[in-house]
Order: sequence, then structure tokens, then C-alpha cells
Amino acid sequence: MTDQMQPMLHETSLFRSFRIQMRVIGALLMREVLTRYGRHNIGFLWLFIEPMLFTLGVTALWTFSNAHHGSNIPIVAFAVTGYSSVLLWRNMPGRAIGAVEPNLSLMYHRNVKIIDVFAARLLLEAAGATTSFFVLSIVWISIGWMQPPQDILKVLFGWFMLAWFGASLALLLGCLSERSEVVDKIWHPAAYLLFPLSGAAFMVDFLPPAAQKVILILPMVHGVELLREGYFGSFVHAHYDISYMASVCFGLTALALAQERYISKRVTPE
Amino acid sequence: MIFIKDVVKQYHTRHGEVTVLDHINLTINNGEKVGILGRNGSGKSTMIRLISGAEQPTSGSIERSMSVSWPLAFGGAFQGTLTGLDNLRFICRIYGVEFESRIDYVQEFSELGPYLKEPVKTYSSGMRARLAFAISMAVEFDCFLIDEIIAVGDSRFHEKCQYELFEKRKDRAMIIVSHQPHFIRTHCDKAAVLVGGKLYSFNIVDSAMDFYHKHSVIV
Repeated sequence: MTDQMQPMLHETSLFRSFRIQMRVIGALLMREVLTRYGRHNIGFLWLFIEPMLFTLGVTALWTFSNAHHGSNIPIVAFAVTGYSSVLLWRNMPGRAIGAVEPNLSLMYHRNVKIIDVFAARLLLEAAGATTSFFVLSIVWISIGWMQPPQDILKVLFGWFMLAWFGASLALLLGCLSERSEVVDKIWHPAAYLLFPLSGAAFMVDFLPPAAQKVILILPMVHGVELLREGYFGSFVHAHYDISYMASVCFGLTALALAQERYISKRVTPE
Repeated sequence: MIFIKDVVKQYHTRHGEVTVLDHINLTINNGEKVGILGRNGSGKSTMIRLISGAEQPTSGSIERSMSVSWPLAFGGAFQGTLTGLDNLRFICRIYGVEFESRIDYVQEFSELGPYLKEPVKTYSSGMRARLAFAISMAVEFDCFLIDEIIAVGDSRFHEKCQYELFEKRKDRAMIIVSHQPHFIRTHCDKAAVLVGGKLYSFNIVDSAMDFYHKHSVIV
């Protein structure tokens, strides 16, 4: 055949691919919002109302039980920063695990890739947790229950690190869950047990030095500490090593992307 | 054009690797109608999924220099909790097609009327199939993938689909997969037969038919 040699006419440039991917992720986002929240009552507002209710409840519980080990850190701000962080890194894996299966039939549309399905879910989850955190903070600050943060850039940096950790962990677990159901089974107890260890309900400084070393193995603790230092400034003594947390996130991201490649090559729709 | 070059597709099963497609080659020119014959389980649908890009080949390559549809009238990607209209909107977004101008066409063609604004899960299977076909026609492609005969709705609607596809879009390329030879004889310029993971191409549809019949007896 002579036309065998003909060059591909529709060679996709990087820019064009990027535009297609943005479009697809956007479409998946809208679809996800509609399927999850529908158009009834408050619709997509549930996206951040739900995490807000969680945070409110936990704030109330912690306030009444005085759950921060007798330190004199303002409890409302302590609870809002702590529980919002948990929601951020914990909900993303929850949504990513098993995300591929119900969307398999979408793979018939060539432009829809596994990574887009994950991206849409993770963006939505991160957006919900972030909106909840910011709205609650602004409301509490404006009525005087919380002080404004000391260093907003540090808060944002801590938040970003937690989001990165959550997203990379989510992508990795989401991909692994396609290969083994064990991931789903293990994640629930793991998430439950990690919550009290994640630095949400304590500051590392409260712990004895030996325990501090151990607890700082957990990457999200560093993010929460940084976020709290941003919030409370010199009022707290934070312990963190962002280069350590970044290395872990980087490693998780690399592993996750490798797994994503592996399952994309083997995905079978229907 | 579509170039299928040396494509192998294997699946993991409990009894080891199974080779469904074994070094397959096929070229589809612009506007060409190619029929693919094969018995149940011969790998026809796998081939369609590979061409559509839903799956990746184990080795070999598939190059497309024309836009290729998803398998026609495929309704599996519908989200039941969404309305027909939302599903149309989703497809339009994915393919970067303007949505508003397609609503009237889909509403009219699918004959769903006000049901287009109801969740797809409330549709009967006939309604679903009509919506799926109408949405398939709302986005234009250079090449349509047709997996099995499109027997959609009643005979009148069926005729309407045939007209929409084979008359109004007769300039497009089509890849038609079927185990019903009659359908392929009616619509295709050339045909290929899948037997034992190998693809045998014939430029004359009748030769493919003969080959197919010979092998469906033996195998």
C-alpha cells in the first residue's frame, strides 16, 4: 500500500491535547456535581456544606470536651484548622478508591482517560474541603470567634502541601484499588486510625520527645504543623520539615503516575 | 484513514494469557465501508474497542488520521440519574461541540419530547436506544464504528436510523461488525473475517462471505 507512508494528519500537539484534557475534565466535573448532588434543594452547595457540618460538629465537640490537652490555644481555631486538614487529605483517597469502575464505559469516548476521571473527582473533593475551610474561617473571624491568621501565606502553603499529599495518596490508592480489592478494605480502618495520629487533635509539641520523632514519620503531621504555625504564629511551637513532606509527596506522585500508566494500558471497558 | 498495524491484544485470564487478536493489519480509507465478520467470541468487539481507543493494544499500533466515533448507538456511558439532556450536554462538552444547537435535533430525532428532561433511568430500553442513536448523530465524525446491526426501536424508527446513517452520511467511512452476513453485503465495499485471532481481508465482500461460511462450518 502506498498510503501506508502518509504522515498522520491529526498529529495532536501538546497544546491541543492540553485543551482537550481541560475540556474533558470540565465535563466530568459537571457530570460529577450533577450526579452527586443533583438539582434538588441546595444542589452543589452540599459540596462544601457537608464538610462544613463535619467541621462544625467536631469544633463543638472539642470545645465542650476541651480536647486540646489543656493548652491555651484558642479551641475554635484549633478545631477548624485541624479537622479541615483531615477532611482535605482523607476525603480524596475515599473518592478515588473505586473511581474507575463506575466510569469504565466512558472510556469508549477516546478523549476520556483514567487520569481525567481521577482529576475530576480529586478537584471536586479538594474544592469542597477548601471552600469549607475558607468559609468557616471567614465567618468565625468576622464574628470574632477566631483571630485572623498570623501569616496567611504559611497557611496557604500548609494547605497546599496537605492537598498535594491527599491527591497523590488518592491517585495511588485509586489505581491500586483497580488491581486489588484489598486496598478498599484496608483504607477504611487505616483512615480511621490515622485521624487521631494526623496532628489534627494535638500539636507535636504537646508530645514527649520520643513520641514526637515517631509521629513526625507521618507526612500529613508536617502539613498541619505548618498550617497551624501560619495561623497562630509564635503562639505555638510547630515541628515540621517540609522538605521531608515534599519528598514523600513526590515519591507518592511518581508511584501513583506509574500505577496510572499501568492500569490505563490494561483497562477493559464494560 | 485508519492504519491498524501488527496489533496484538492479549488478556489475562484464570487459565493464563489469551491472545484474542494475533498480529492484525487493516487499513481503512476515507469514505470506505469495511465489514468485519466473525463468530461470537471471535474478537470483533475487542477490535472495535481498540479502534475506538477505549482500549490499548498489547503491541502494535493504531493510527487515526480521521475522527472516529464511539461505537454507534452505544448507550452504556449514560448516567442513569442524569436527564437525557444532561447526557447530551456531557457528550457535547467532551467532543467540544456546541450544545444548544443540537438540542432540537436530538429531541426531534429521538422522539422523546418532554422525556428528554427526565432522568435516563426512567426510560424504557427502546427510549434509551433512541436517545443513544440520536446523540451518536449529534456529533459528526469521519468514520463511524458500528457494532452489530442497529435495530433501534420499531421498524419505522429503524428505517429512520438507516436513512440518517447510510444515506445522509454515505460519504463517511464505516467499520461494521456483524455476524449477520446480509447486513455487511448490503453496506460494505470490502470485508475481513476474524478466525482464531487472525484477520483475513478481502477486497470483494462475496469472497469474504465464502471464506466466512467455510470457516464457520469447520470451526
